[in-house]
Amino acid sequence: MYPDIKGRYGDFGGKFVPETLMEPLEELENAYRDAAADPAFGEEYVRLLKEYSGRPTALTFAENLTKSIGGASIYLKREDLNHTGAHKINNAIGQALLAKRMGKNQLIAETGAGQHGVAAATVAAKFGMKCKVFMGAEDVERQQLNVFRMELLGAEVVPVHSGSKTLKDATNEAIRYWVQHCEDHFYMIGSVVGPHPYPMIVRDFQKVIGEESKKQFAERTGGLPDKVIACVGGGSNAIGMFHPFLNDEVELIGVEAAGKGIDTPLHAATITKGTNGVIHGSLTYLIQDEFGQIIEPYSISAGLDYPGVGPEHAHLADTGRVQYISATDQEALDALHRTAKEEGLLAAIESAHALAKAFIIAETMSPEQSILVCLSGRGDKDVHTLMKALKGEVDQDELLSISNGAK
Amino acid sequence: MNYFQSLMEQNKKLFIPFITAGDPDAEATIALALSLQNAGASAIELGIPYSDPLADGPVIQRASGRALKQGMNIVKAMELVPKMRENGVEIPVILFTYYNPVLQLGEENFFALMRENNVDGLLIPDLPFEENQRIRTRCKAENLYFISMVAPTSSSRLKKIAEASEGFLYCVSSLGVTGERKEFDQNVFNFIKEVKAVSPIPVAVGFGISSGEQARKMNEAGDGVVVGSSIIRQVEELHDQLISKADRDEALQKIEAFARSFVQTV
Repeated sequence: MYPDIKGRYGDFGGKFVPETLMEPLEELENAYRDAAADPAFGEEYVRLLKEYSGRPTALTFAENLTKSIGGASIYLKREDLNHTGAHKINNAIGQALLAKRMGKNQLIAETGAGQHGVAAATVAAKFGMKCKVFMGAEDVERQQLNVFRMELLGAEVVPVHSGSKTLKDATNEAIRYWVQHCEDHFYMIGSVVGPHPYPMIVRDFQKVIGEESKKQFAERTGGLPDKVIACVGGGSNAIGMFHPFLNDEVELIGVEAAGKGIDTPLHAATITKGTNGVIHGSLTYLIQDEFGQIIEPYSISAGLDYPGVGPEHAHLADTGRVQYISATDQEALDALHRTAKEEGLLAAIESAHALAKAFIIAETMSPEQSILVCLSGRGDKDVHTLMKALKGEVDQDELLSISNGAK
Repeated sequence: MNYFQSLMEQNKKLFIPFITAGDPDAEATIALALSLQNAGASAIELGIPYSDPLADGPVIQRASGRALKQGMNIVKAMELVPKMRENGVEIPVILFTYYNPVLQLGEENFFALMRENNVDGLLIPDLPFEENQRIRTRCKAENLYFISMVAPTSSSRLKKIAEASEGFLYCVSSLGVTGERKEFDQNVFNFIKEVKAVSPIPVAVGFGISSGEQARKMNEAGDGVVVGSSIIRQVEELHDQLISKADRDEALQKIEAFARSFVQTV
């Protein structure tokens, strides 16, 4: 079972960090393994998921979409029903418990769209911890609502002005801050990225998505879905959904953000278009130039525009166990509209990428077959972006600056 | 005996300044290397500009940004070394690069370029002991210095890292990234002593050393210092003069004078 002792998933993963962090990472891994083996820790985690976050989340049969598409039955795993509105809280609760167990009550987090930042700020408030959230200055501008939410929850949001001022740079800055304060701060990573043991820890805390889905699906239909689809930025909702199905005869499909199209420079399709590289302490697929400079990706969804991807996804892509495809901004927006109108569900733009491809794939399947989609979060946070997109106000200057920033 | 040990034999403390290739431009980098040698540098640490320098503070990040804007990259940076030689630089040049640019070149290609351009050694801050064995072994076989780093958190790892290092051992003074520090925790001296006790090669202390006075204190415990951000800050402040042919020499003299304050003998 992956990862191996060096934290590798096949060729990917590992710990590519400054020497200062090697010991803290080892300390974290030991604390995690110790916690994972302690039934009391597991019980506390499950209790909080149930009593605080509202798990199990529902499994919804998308009856209207299924009828209108006319192919496979479409089911949605409703991670949008979690407290704070996305799957991110599963991991935040788990890591906060771990921090508490390690005697650390100061959290560091990074965030792009703000979902992980809000989740981190939420658990920090719940556990009586201090929380510092690093966020690219551009994202602070774009996601003011989430910045306000974090501040309401008592967290300090630190705008990051280095590099391209987005998630990539917020993560660099969070790591730099951690290097300086690693003795008494806990760094809470929000996706299955970063140095070992983070991709493993985040995966384990997100596996609840797939485990619940499997059980609920069996209760409902007596079997397994034929295909499971999830969106992939860093890939935490996807790995959480996929992992429990890895040994089953279920087709697994990850959907990356194709932005303006994978043949343009404006995309975030890391597995589709990236090459092997190191980002944020992990070896994985990466969008970069020929000299190894990291290129800022683009997606209408701030949660998917990450230049890397979780190392386990890179490995699952290499071995062919999971198929990775991509959906454009427009495809995601169309799917979002359709889901809102036909099912009364406002999905996050991230999740809408998975929906877009699910609809196309469902059409090619027979009515006896079924497809399960992870609805990783709700779209409230995206209404501003949606309004702009609907009015055709996608900022051309913004696109241009991103494109030029892609060294 | 390695070069750095031989300097110790001559009662010299190591002074290893860091400059970023291409900051403010390629010509100035070559000229800076010579000025630093004239000031008494033991070796030059030549930084490869990188888009995501995880171990660096704002000063060196900005230097990377300026150099990248100039179109500098790892290949062009290595090609500066023979030009430094033509310009009179004789001291070793150690490449400071993050791992990703090396990975992109491919190890074969990278080592071929190191040889071709007579680069003397290598330091990769995000390639820790557990991940660097192959490159370390290769460096040894090719007679290149593979500089290892130890940090105050290294404790149980200290010995194995020290024993595997070549040239000198880079002792990170304190937690955090590169950048000038006003003060150091007193524990740093105990830490340096601890490192000295296990290191078979000279120990140079880096991260935050920004004055001759600080260097002197570090040198009492260790064998020398690495100085980056405070020199880069001078480069930043003298940017316009350094890129002007007419004013460059004056700027170089200022930096040379500043660098001289870090040079010490026992």
